[in-house]
This record gives sequence, structure tokens and C-alpha cells, in this order.
Amino acid sequence: MNIFTKWFHRLGSPPWFYRVSGKLIPWMSLLCAALIIYGLYAGLVVAPPDYQQGDSFRIIYIHVPAALLSMFIYVVMAVAGGISLIWRMKMADVVLISSAPIGAVFTVIALATGSLWGKPMWGTWWTWDARLTSELLLLFLYLGIIALHNAVEDRQSAARAVSVLALVGVVNIPIIHYSVVWWNTLHQGATIMRLDGPAIDESMRWPLFAMIAAFYLYYFIVLMLRARGEVLNRESRSRWVRELVAGD
Amino acid sequence: MAEFFHMGGYAFYVWTSFGLTAFLLAGLVVWASQAHKRELARISRRLRREKRSV
Repeated sequence: MNIFTKWFHRLGSPPWFYRVSGKLIPWMSLLCAALIIYGLYAGLVVAPPDYQQGDSFRIIYIHVPAALLSMFIYVVMAVAGGISLIWRMKMADVVLISSAPIGAVFTVIALATGSLWGKPMWGTWWTWDARLTSELLLLFLYLGIIALHNAVEDRQSAARAVSVLALVGVVNIPIIHYSVVWWNTLHQGATIMRLDGPAIDESMRWPLFAMIAAFYLYYFIVLMLRARGEVLNRESRSRWVRELVAGD
Repeated sequence: MAEFFHMGGYAFYVWTSFGLTAFLLAGLVVWASQAHKRELARISRRLRREKRSV
């Protein structure tokens, strides 16, 4: 067995996941908190106001990371859905369903902060253009996956159903990303993920990168927290859980 | 300090954005860790029950 398949098998092992995630969470939380403190201070206090948007531009420090994560988490769920369908891996199913509420919250944050940014800058809370509409569709996909999972009683059928929905819905992700290129829209084009490098001054860029890193860490931390509860629930009759609880 | 909170006249938009985000992200952490604790408590109750019945 090579290193990759070994790692893959371990990842699929609930007791291994439970033990390792318990050790990782405190350290990741510490790093995440440090990044947020730096990002908020440098973004809200140190960075100068934007020459066009004034201080309203500071919403970027949560809007962009939240929007990025709203898409990233969906891709993770689609990949987990694929793995769950092909290899029937228990942990893939856990990752998929534990991620859904986190993704939904990031989508709500992206939509709400976008609206709060759009009102002073565009003069409107909402417009039915490609970027905003496809992001709203993403929220409905998340809610659909959660509802579907709750609706199907049998655990295996539920896993299969949400995996298929997650895979089908993933076509929406490139649509969100390229919507500002393919269609005429009020939303500005890409600032960071550009071929010619980020179009944002350094004093504003570093706090943004810190907030993006912090949001990614936050996702993995909360995913592990949720997955730990989910794993205990599913494995509650297994020996390692009995030993774990009895040993407390 | 007052100038900082004023946010160049965009205080409502900026602080509502940050406040809402902080509330939702903190809520998600609390929800997740409570679910984990509830699960541990449920399993330990069941184990105690099983021990008694043996």
C-alpha cells in the first residue's frame, strides 16, 4: 500500500478522525483567532479608505472571504458526494452533510454583506443580475441538500440522494465565478483571482488574505466539530465510542 | 475613536455587515459544540442504563 492509499484509508476511519481532529482543533482555533485579530486591525484601522468607495470598501474583508468559502465548501461537498457514491466511504458522507449548514451560512453572509455594500455603492439592495442570482441559487442548493437529507429516513438512501444533488449542483460554481465575465452585471470583476495578479493595494491586500485564510481555517474547524458529533452519533454502538465515553 | 466608529458615514452598512457575520459564525460554533456534547451525554446515559440492566 503506498502512502496515499494508506492516508485515504485512515481518513476514512472514524476513530482515527475523532482522535486527530480533537488534537488539531485547539491549534487551528488559535491560528484562526490570530489571523482574525490581525485582519480586522489591519483592515478596519490601518488600511486607508478607498479613493472611490471611502470606508464602505471595508466590507470586502468579510464579503470576499465569505463568497469564496460559499463556493469552496460546495466543491468540497460535491467531491465528497462523488467519493461517497463510488467508494461508499462513511467519512465522505459525514463531510458532505456536516459541511452543508456551514456553506449555507457563508452564502447568507456573502448575500447579506453584498446587499449592505450594494445599497450605498450601487444605490440598490438587490438586483437580478447573473452574479447575485447564481449566488442565491447556491443558497437554495445548500438548503435543498439539508432538507433532502432530513427528509429521507434511511441513512444510505439519504447519503446517495444528497451526493447526487451535490454533484449536479456543482455546475453552478463556474457559473458564479464567470458570471461577471459572461454577462453584463453591476458586480465588479475579479480583484484577486486574475491572471495579471491582484488588483488591490498592498495595505488593503494583506488583511484580505489574512481574513480569507482565517475563514478557510474556520470552515475546517467547524467542519471537524460538526463531524465529531455526527461520527459519535453514527458509531455510538461501536467499541471505540464505548471505550471513549466510559474512559471519560 | 468616534471617527473610527463613524466609518466615513458608512457606519450602518459596515457595522451591520461585521456584526451579522460575527453573530452567525459564533452561533455556528456554539451549535456544533453543543451537538457534540449532547451526543456524548446521550451515549454515556445509554451506557449507564445498559450497565444497570446487566
